[in-house]
Amino acid sequence: MENSEFKHAATVMLVMIVALLVAPSVLETYTLSVLIIYGILGLSLGLIWGFGGILCFGQAAFYGLGAYSYAISAINIGESSLPFILGIVIPFVFAGVLGAMMFYGRLSDVYLGVVTLVVTLIFFKFMNSTAGPEYVIGAARLGGFNGIPGFQTLNVPGRPDSYIYDLEFYYVCACALVIVYGLTRWLLASPFGRVAVAIRENEQRVELMGYDARLRKTVLFAIGGGIAGLAGTLFASWAEIVTPGMFSLAQSAEIIIWCIVGGLGTLTGPVVGAMILAYLKFLLGQQSLIDNAMVLGLILVLSVLFLPRGIVPTIGLLVGRTSIGRRRRKSGRRGGRRRHVRDTQNA
Amino acid sequence: MDLAAVIAIEVVYSVAFLVLISVGLAVVFGMMRVINLAHGEFMMLGGYAAIVAVGHGINIYIAMLVVAPLVVGIIGIIIERLVIRHLYGRLIDTMLATWGLSLFLVGFATMIFGNTTTGISPPISGFSLGSYQVNGYNFFIILVTAVIIAAMYAILSYTRLGLVARGTMQGADMASALGYNPDRVYMATFFAGSALTGMAGGILAPLVGLGPASGATYIAKAFITVISGGASVIAGVLSSATLFGLISQTFTFAASPVVGEVALLVAAVILLRLLPQGITGRFFKGRM
Amino acid sequence: MRIQRRNFLKGTAALAAGSVAMPALIGRSLAADKIKLGSILDTSGIFDAYGKPMDMAMQLAVSEINKGGGLLGREIETISYDTQSDMALYTQYGQQLARRDKVDVVHGGILSASREAIRPTLRKANTLYFYNVLYEGGVCDRNIAITGVTPAQQVEVLVPAAIKKWGPKIYILAADYNYGQITARWMQKYAQEAGGEAIAVDFFPLDVSDFGSTIAKIQTASPDIVVSALVGGAHLSFYRQWAAAGMNTKIPMASSTLAIGNEHKVLTPEEGNGIMVAFNYSPEIASPANKAFLEAWGGMYGDTSAIHEIAVSNYQGVHLWAEAVRRAGSIDRMAVIEAIEDGLSIDGPGGKVTMDAKTHHAVLDVHLMEINGQKLDVVERFEQRQPIDTQAVCDLSANPDDTTQYEIKI
Repeated sequence: MENSEFKHAATVMLVMIVALLVAPSVLETYTLSVLIIYGILGLSLGLIWGFGGILCFGQAAFYGLGAYSYAISAINIGESSLPFILGIVIPFVFAGVLGAMMFYGRLSDVYLGVVTLVVTLIFFKFMNSTAGPEYVIGAARLGGFNGIPGFQTLNVPGRPDSYIYDLEFYYVCACALVIVYGLTRWLLASPFGRVAVAIRENEQRVELMGYDARLRKTVLFAIGGGIAGLAGTLFASWAEIVTPGMFSLAQSAEIIIWCIVGGLGTLTGPVVGAMILAYLKFLLGQQSLIDNAMVLGLILVLSVLFLPRGIVPTIGLLVGRTSIGRRRRKSGRRGGRRRHVRDTQNA
Repeated sequence: MDLAAVIAIEVVYSVAFLVLISVGLAVVFGMMRVINLAHGEFMMLGGYAAIVAVGHGINIYIAMLVVAPLVVGIIGIIIERLVIRHLYGRLIDTMLATWGLSLFLVGFATMIFGNTTTGISPPISGFSLGSYQVNGYNFFIILVTAVIIAAMYAILSYTRLGLVARGTMQGADMASALGYNPDRVYMATFFAGSALTGMAGGILAPLVGLGPASGATYIAKAFITVISGGASVIAGVLSSATLFGLISQTFTFAASPVVGEVALLVAAVILLRLLPQGITGRFFKGRM
Repeated sequence: MRIQRRNFLKGTAALAAGSVAMPALIGRSLAADKIKLGSILDTSGIFDAYGKPMDMAMQLAVSEINKGGGLLGREIETISYDTQSDMALYTQYGQQLARRDKVDVVHGGILSASREAIRPTLRKANTLYFYNVLYEGGVCDRNIAITGVTPAQQVEVLVPAAIKKWGPKIYILAADYNYGQITARWMQKYAQEAGGEAIAVDFFPLDVSDFGSTIAKIQTASPDIVVSALVGGAHLSFYRQWAAAGMNTKIPMASSTLAIGNEHKVLTPEEGNGIMVAFNYSPEIASPANKAFLEAWGGMYGDTSAIHEIAVSNYQGVHLWAEAVRRAGSIDRMAVIEAIEDGLSIDGPGGKVTMDAKTHHAVLDVHLMEINGQKLDVVERFEQRQPIDTQAVCDLSANPDDTTQYEIKI
């Protein structure tokens, strides 16, 4: 890891930890917990899209898969440790298989987006049609449109009766976010991450240098899936119910929106974007003057028009033009954008 | 025998239905590389335009085939001027902006129309085919779709307008150097795409329970059809709609509508795995 | 615990109100001596056709109670949240109502999934919960009161009446989720008991909107009646395509769901006429209570066209709760629950509503109706139908700590 980059990551993590420690005195922990969960979910897409150049319309598939894996195994096992791990591993493996299918098939760009979208829709439709009593996994009824309620929520490992909830649950989520952020930073600074970013910039050139782009994209995609699964697992434990809505098109779109509004090509951007927009939605629901769908829609349109880089990079630009690390990241972002443009024109 | 005929009609209808709901999106995507995620809401607005027009005593055919496309086309131009034109060449940003737009339009329609707008009855009544009753309006939809496709083909291949449009899409700089204003061409294309979408919404209004959120029903299907079809507007949509319509109806009759829809989705995944650039990326290359 | 919460509430009301900066919250200044009613409904997004009129009904009921001097001499304050048709927000607002707002009762939830998202939270926080929607039945929980009709109540009336009128062979179409699945089973059972037979049952996910193949299949089976439990906007397309094929004059139809969210007003009169339905409320009911209700609604909102079955359920739910508080002479949760279990009853727009002590479900009048010119003409009234489905599995006087939602075996 380069020195300046290390410093940058350390600063961000320090700020993050301080903010997470202060937050419970400002907001209710149950709201904060879900904001952090969305932050992790945003990060999962921010990683594969912003750094791997993989536009996934179906991040919700891994999120929902994580939640369902957790819920189903928690009902069958009755203790949360193994379900928690399954909630990460199953989406990880599934994303790996799906990624391999796509990247070894040389799918790219918007076609890749459609395949991921379709996979999400298949999950959505399937889960919605499992209301009948014949859809059972072990002791868990899949429940169709109504979802699965009443499973074991997160407990202290090995002690099924001591639940982790409220403030403790918040700290679990906060730690998860910090750890995930730290690990992804480390991953991106490693040779693997450097090559991944290089693939985003110019896949052909990287391949000519002898790297296997397909393998690296698949692995990155699987990691993104695993992180989304973690978010889903935490969400299941927070909401105490999982529904097919987690697989919906609206959910997928929301994740994409978090990334763009927050700032693509950064790791903090999608986290911040997710938290701000989810909190905004939460605030909007407390008023009844104007239709909420309309307000949210307007905010999105305006933010694309007037904040095209996203919140975090824009603030970064305004605040720290002198920081070397920032400038590097900014140019990376611009490169990413240019690539999208070119690709789509060639498609 | 009667049943076979009924099934055949249903299959052709479902192909026509897919073409109808996708063609506006295909024009905008194929020619401008803009994916309009408010596509479903444009259809919804077309439906409302037709219903309101009929409510004001306008002939139902004029309402569906003239008023709906005009109204939605004009809304399309306004949106193109205000939002889309700032985002050309930024595929992802246009998707986000149009997604926001779709939310906005749903809220907007709810405020204006509420949730219980009485629909319009189809102007063509059902008729019997042997021992079966068949929806006569399906034939109208099939016919209109055929006419739309034929007209598009004719305009793009044989008129100066079509030539300019194609030229601009292939090389905006060159068209501009030859004295055509690409800005105007994009605007016209977006108008055409929106109008087609509005017409589709108007035509389907008598067959669906229309509410402000109805648009969501169409967008995923239209999107999948257009992308699977690939870059060529007409050949792409026709080929993918035929394939998907056939598959989904076969499975619907054999099993249930859920299986039909899932079969369509699975077919799309397999198709894109085998033909990563869509159908026309491999076959019919260079056609329209 | 409960009493502590009450004291705690008084002590910290001012603090709680000031601690978090929130824009445009509904007047939370004089919170201390008001009774707080939490409402949680989808008033925007895809379910707003149900949620908006429910919200209007709740506001109307509360304003009536306040005009009549409030409850126990205290005014009712409403704290309403719009869940925007997003399940995740139910959990979030449910927590907020129970923990931060510390409301005395929560009314709301529309879909069964939304109820299941907030029911455990409210139970843990000892916050009384009223779920005022027609649903699939089977919830057995002392902390909840359910004031809508359940499938057995409706279907017991609907299916035998349809068979008697049109013939024994029925073809069932139902939405593919809990409500539809369970309702379809009751339909089969009552068809059999009435000497009829269900020749086919088809389920449709809520987003299916093309029914061409289904209409052909129905014709192949040629039943005497089509009975539908289709739900939502996409499924409305069925009735329109049915009429477009000219089938509405060939095979009669009965439905346990059509018109519950005013769907019969989206259909044209020709498409809807003659369809038989059965549930609690119709605006055409000729009773003084209904007349007064329509006038009050008209006075508050001008137009009465938004009223539908579950809006009235919500209205009756709020009044049932208020009556329970009056009888208990307290807003203490346990006292109100005991009042609910003591033969609580009101005269609502849809007729007399009595709470069943064993199940916490409502005993209601069910009206057999026929859609005619976008109106619900009452054909016959069946008084005080018991929630026999839930009664078969749930006995809260024997097991007060039960919290299960049972799946009723038929």
